[in-house]
Amino acid sequence: MNIKKFDFGINNYLEDRPKLKKYLPQALTLFAIIFVLGYFTYNAQVNMGNRGIVFGFGFLTQESSFDIQFSLIDYDGSYSYGRAYLVGLLNTILVSVIGIFFATLLGVIVGISRLSSNYLVSKFAETYVEIFRNIPLLLQIFFWYFAALRALPLPQDAINLFDVTYLTVKGWFVPRLVWTNLSVFIGSLVLAIVAIIFTYIFAKKKQENTGKRIPAFFISLGLIIILPLLTFLFGGVKLDFEYPKLIQQAPTIFNFSGGVGIIPELIALALALSLYTATFIAECVRAGIMGVGKGQKEAAASIGLTPNQTLRLVVMPQALRIIIPPTTNQYLNLTKNSSLAAAIAYPDLVLVFAGTAMMQTGRAIEIVSITMLTYLTLSILISIFMNWYNKKIAIKEK
Amino acid sequence: MIKSLKSLVLVISASLLLFACGQQGGGAGSKKSKTLDNTKKAGFVKCGVSQGLPGFSNADASGNWTGIDVDVCRAVAAATLGDADKVKYFPLSAKERFTALTSGEIDVLSRNTTWTLSRDADIGLTFVGVNFYDGQGFMVRKDSGITSTSQFKSGISACTNIGTTTELNMRDFFNSKGIKYEPVAFEKADEVVAAYDAGRCDTYTTDKSGLAAQRTKLKDPNAHRVLPETISKEPLGPVVRQGDAVWEDIVRWSLNTMIEAEEYGITSSNADSMKESENPAVKRLVGVEGELGAAFGLDNEWSLRIIKQVGNYGESYKKHIADTDILPKRGPNQLWTKGGILYVPPAR
Repeated sequence: MNIKKFDFGINNYLEDRPKLKKYLPQALTLFAIIFVLGYFTYNAQVNMGNRGIVFGFGFLTQESSFDIQFSLIDYDGSYSYGRAYLVGLLNTILVSVIGIFFATLLGVIVGISRLSSNYLVSKFAETYVEIFRNIPLLLQIFFWYFAALRALPLPQDAINLFDVTYLTVKGWFVPRLVWTNLSVFIGSLVLAIVAIIFTYIFAKKKQENTGKRIPAFFISLGLIIILPLLTFLFGGVKLDFEYPKLIQQAPTIFNFSGGVGIIPELIALALALSLYTATFIAECVRAGIMGVGKGQKEAAASIGLTPNQTLRLVVMPQALRIIIPPTTNQYLNLTKNSSLAAAIAYPDLVLVFAGTAMMQTGRAIEIVSITMLTYLTLSILISIFMNWYNKKIAIKEK
Repeated sequence: MIKSLKSLVLVISASLLLFACGQQGGGAGSKKSKTLDNTKKAGFVKCGVSQGLPGFSNADASGNWTGIDVDVCRAVAAATLGDADKVKYFPLSAKERFTALTSGEIDVLSRNTTWTLSRDADIGLTFVGVNFYDGQGFMVRKDSGITSTSQFKSGISACTNIGTTTELNMRDFFNSKGIKYEPVAFEKADEVVAAYDAGRCDTYTTDKSGLAAQRTKLKDPNAHRVLPETISKEPLGPVVRQGDAVWEDIVRWSLNTMIEAEEYGITSSNADSMKESENPAVKRLVGVEGELGAAFGLDNEWSLRIIKQVGNYGESYKKHIADTDILPKRGPNQLWTKGGILYVPPAR
């Protein structure tokens, strides 16, 4: 062979030294990685030096001097860039959590509906999945945002729901809860939850020992409602509502004050993310349920379980093991997709930090690295949690 | 044997590193302009513009860019390459613009950019001049009855762009008046316009020239009013990367030439006949006296080409801003000899 002629005997040389043959490729790969990273760092340093840019994270403590539309913590322009980062991060987490919650809820319902024997239900679910997973997410976000803005009325003509909440182009205004003795109320909730856990343990033991079933669910329901209610009567707990009020600022400019205003950007983004991701989760759920052998269902039916019990006790526990890993991917996608928020002015991490803060400070390299590391950390945390959950429900060989 | 092979690998990687270092350097300090050389090699000027701001930099249906910011890049192309059309335009958002310039994706940033201390000194940029004196203002719906910013009340929502001085000025303004406001900041100007038009915000704030230009994109431009107050100074001008002094001078004097040509009444149509002028200042501008181009490594007709191919500042303003009804009055952007503040150092 021609190639043999030109290898200068390296092959033979390596053939005689199995240890070197094993480690040389790895050492070379490591060198290549270090070299590439080192080159990029060095190149960036030289070029930044030429243009008089200094690398550093000192800017994080400087005053930001820009305001943010919506924040979960105290913030205005007199706080630091570091605080602005925190505001953006919390907003990203907020919309991701809301998105994951609704996407999961909707995804499970649609996934099960697709397998329904009811023709109308299964076709409806299928149509929904095919439409929403095949339109780019950014377009859906624009659609929900601008469609909603066009459709919703100005504050003076707000869609009024029971004189309590108002839906307008400037957001959804709901009453603010004003608590007295909130700690007593929360204490009662904790107590109720502990009581419920004991009820379930007791019910399980009783069933194992005597075969009798206790209606644990209804007892729990009673506990979680009655215990907190009692605190209103005896614990001095009081709940008042601060209702949003319409105020006039100019002949045609109105706004709501008081209450809590949920900005339309958050609603549109959460809606778009949930509707989009739910289609993928629905497919995971369908795949999971179909992955459980038909014999399992037939066996369950033959020992007298109702269809509901079959789904809950036999099919779902096995299907979950198939569903969880791909669904984890969808959770990660949703979290990362939330960065499209920048397009519709929802002040997430990308808009606030990798947008405004980067522009005001000009620290592109620092800010982009922080932002990338943040998304990486968020994704890893979600993965760790989902892997833990997956392990928990995996088959335990006994 | 393993040891010697290890040292071989070490030597190879070390020499590779040295080679990489050798590629760097240059730029700073050298008399020649690397950017000019690269531009000549590429055959076009890499120019960063806005994503569409009528009068300043805006693309028509067939993709031709026009506006007074575009004319600065055309002037640079005429001076360095001999043809004003040899420009490649890079539409940039406010957020992307400085990174595009410092990373070398573009060589001139002519995108209604405000000259501020921190931008000039801190992030590797150099402002070369001012081609439009602007200030931040507010636009409201006429039916709101608001005719002055003094009628603003707490709870007002204001739409704007992210990554601009606008966001900072807005905070200073509302804070000084003790007004609580809701800032709604978008990445692209088109989305700001759409959201304001849909009633999301009570007011739209940006540079007044921008307000005048964006107003033409609204559903019913006549239903809106730009308030008289100006809350900030916004000197807009072209920007270059720090570290190439010759290129910086070329861009600065391309702009200055356009303004000085207007001062001496040289236009694109009379430039050739001006060669017979008695005035030495005029003769220098049309390239029949002095050796001004040599200072940047250009020939002596560089300024004549700018005037002939692009026109003077007044022609550019009239064509893109006055005749399009964006801002018919020149206001501060008039020559100092006619009551404005346009005043450039003499080309001599």
